[in-house]
Amino acid sequence: MTMLHICDYGSGNIHNVERALVRVGAEVRRCTSAEELDNARAIVIPGVGAFGDCISALRERGFEDPIRELAASGTWILGICVGMQILATHSEEFGIHRGLDIIPGAVRMIPGKTPDGESLKRPHVGWSNLHSGGAHWEGTPLEKIRQESPVYFVHSYQLHPADPNHLLAYARYGGCDIVAAVRRGRIFGVQFHPEKSGFTGLKILETFVSLAASTQT
Amino acid sequence: MKRKVRLIARLDIKAPNLIKGINLEGVRVVGDPHAFAARYFHEGVDEILYMDSVATLYGRNNLTELVRQTANDVFVPMTVGGGLRSLADVDEVMRAGADKVSINSAAIRRPEILREVSRRYGSQAMVLSVEAKRRREEGGWEAYVDNGREKTGLDVIEWVRQAVGLGVGEILLTSVDKEGMRNGYDIELVRAVSSTIDVPVIASGGMGKLEDAAAVIEEGGADAIAMAHVLHYKEISLEEIRSYLAGRGIEVTVHDDAAHM
Repeated sequence: MTMLHICDYGSGNIHNVERALVRVGAEVRRCTSAEELDNARAIVIPGVGAFGDCISALRERGFEDPIRELAASGTWILGICVGMQILATHSEEFGIHRGLDIIPGAVRMIPGKTPDGESLKRPHVGWSNLHSGGAHWEGTPLEKIRQESPVYFVHSYQLHPADPNHLLAYARYGGCDIVAAVRRGRIFGVQFHPEKSGFTGLKILETFVSLAASTQT
Repeated sequence: MKRKVRLIARLDIKAPNLIKGINLEGVRVVGDPHAFAARYFHEGVDEILYMDSVATLYGRNNLTELVRQTANDVFVPMTVGGGLRSLADVDEVMRAGADKVSINSAAIRRPEILREVSRRYGSQAMVLSVEAKRRREEGGWEAYVDNGREKTGLDVIEWVRQAVGLGVGEILLTSVDKEGMRNGYDIELVRAVSSTIDVPVIASGGMGKLEDAAAVIEEGGADAIAMAHVLHYKEISLEEIRSYLAGRGIEVTVHDDAAHM
């Protein structure tokens, strides 16, 4: 079984993320301190709520530097929802907050209108379909799902990667494309909730687990 | 904006059983709620709604253990309601695995709870449950509590407008008159509410045939439909509903099934 480490810094969705990972066959270790992340091969960072609260909680528990070091040394990382956004350089939610800067880019509010001028509801809540953002899906947690797979979102902000090659998937919302997944090497972020996205979501988590297993020594 | 309509399985619970009534009363035992929820997840339901139907009577919500069990093998959003009276009650079901809570009586007693829950969990997690009954003489609808038994004196339209102002992110709108009758949703009620506020409205009560679903979406402006009897007794499958609605040009979510795993 593949051992996954989940960063437990008080995020509300950690139980559901953990249950979904267990369901797809992972052995999960919940880590409340940075020391427990030592030698981790794969890390999952959950996150819900406001960016500022999440990043402060993560810093207070001393996770910032260890996660950055693990990211630089080839550890598989999956950030979910706000856990994805904190991988960015900074966020503009309620002021400017510095992120982990693992995937260069900015977190900004999703548009309130479509290109045609129709209004878009915020938060974006519900099932939206995924499609390619530019980077290929092979070798990523999305490689086993079809284009237009539905996944579940609850958010008002999105991560805009500075490098277009880091853009893995968009989701269609109204007439807009919302950033749904980013990738830099073995580091992935998904804006949606795979733990609430039916069998599609489980497939994505299962693929992440097996990708991490394939490089385990 | 063209909206994507959600299909929600509504499971009314009288612990430990899944039950089904008529006009929210006259209860019949259907089976094990967890097994039904798991079946709906496998058939591609968009969301699960658990409602503790005797909670208010007994003074507390008894679904925590059921919610915890369900969260282990049902991986779609789950709303839990019935008898949630305080922020502490809400915390308990959210910790157990709920994604949203639905509140009726407690909000009528103390509307501030709506603001407190939406501040803590976001407005998308705060569903106002409204039990609406037509007024015979002066028209319109009155909000009820305790499964349509107790009047509140509140006008449904005024109440939902106030509740949205307090941060409610969604309305679960149950027609007490139509509930369990299987002769169609109260389309006028749904239209009156959906045209008043701009948060999503879940139409509940009355689903009997495919045309009922289309009518409440097309004419009533429902964003989601809750279904109980037709699903519990396998009269109509989620697959049939999805393809029927899609055939009428209504956007629905097509899920991958377990075979995909």
